[in-house]
Amino acid sequence: MTGHFEPLPDGGAAVPLDEVEISILRSLAVQLIELVGPGEEGTDSESDDLLASVFNDGPSEPPADPVLARLFPDAYGGPDLVPDDDVRAAAAEFRRFTENDLRSRKREDALALIRALDTLSPSGGEAVLRLKPDECRQWLGALNDLRLAIGTRLEVTDEEDGGELLRLPDSDPRKPMVMAYLWLGGLQETLVESLTG
Amino acid sequence: MGPVSAHPSPTITLRPHHCTLSVPVEIERPESSEAPFEVPEPDVPWVTIVHNDPVNLMSYVSYVFQTYFGYSKDKAHQLMLDVHHKGRAVVSSGSREEMERDVQAMHGYGLWATLQQDRR
Repeated sequence: MTGHFEPLPDGGAAVPLDEVEISILRSLAVQLIELVGPGEEGTDSESDDLLASVFNDGPSEPPADPVLARLFPDAYGGPDLVPDDDVRAAAAEFRRFTENDLRSRKREDALALIRALDTLSPSGGEAVLRLKPDECRQWLGALNDLRLAIGTRLEVTDEEDGGELLRLPDSDPRKPMVMAYLWLGGLQETLVESLTG
Repeated sequence: MGPVSAHPSPTITLRPHHCTLSVPVEIERPESSEAPFEVPEPDVPWVTIVHNDPVNLMSYVSYVFQTYFGYSKDKAHQLMLDVHHKGRAVVSSGSREEMERDVQAMHGYGLWATLQQDRR
């Protein structure tokens, strides 16, 4: 669990991953896709898809699951504003017209992560993942979504950052989740560094 | 990663820990004296606000401000610090439609953003 992204000359990035890491990443990405959900049902042809996307509005209410509520926040309101009817109506309308697109973007980012992992054939239990620049951007999105999901489940707060969660005893049921969270943080941090120099 | 003792188990689950039905909580809020959207003022610009959250990496937030808005490294870094220390920062301003586009983009990156009419 010590792999760090390094920049590649073509603007991409590479990281060594072992079989366990590959399987954890893949499993988390699959779960994220399941959590984000299929959105609108797929239809047979492209023209049907287009028609369907015109007529099928997204939801107008925020998701009940805290993870989904964090991934798909209200566009109007926020922590400093007491929402009135107009704010709620604007948030609902924005959600209706944008949430399906946002869900498909997050699914595509997670799918890109899975596809890249599936190209790896670890020898001796380890493989080097090489990402092109476009893949890096999708990986950044997917890693961030995974951290948002896990961080929300763990109820990470600023005060706990580097605090209580880091000192959990091995017996704590949250321990594996915390370790995955920290590991994903390291991957994301080094991927940002690789892209920004 | 520091003193990590073992691999996390591959059975980590993102699903909710408990599946009890959640009842929407009605929170009593004082009536706002201001009604931000009551009187449309077309000449008052709208702003996109990014809010602090404990999960997003500071480097990632800077990266997003540079990548999406095309801000310099210094400006992006300063905005990120504002978000981190002040809890929020205005990252762009313009028409309502433009700000809706920016907020949608921020949500795409996983940042917590809202838009509102700038009343300062």
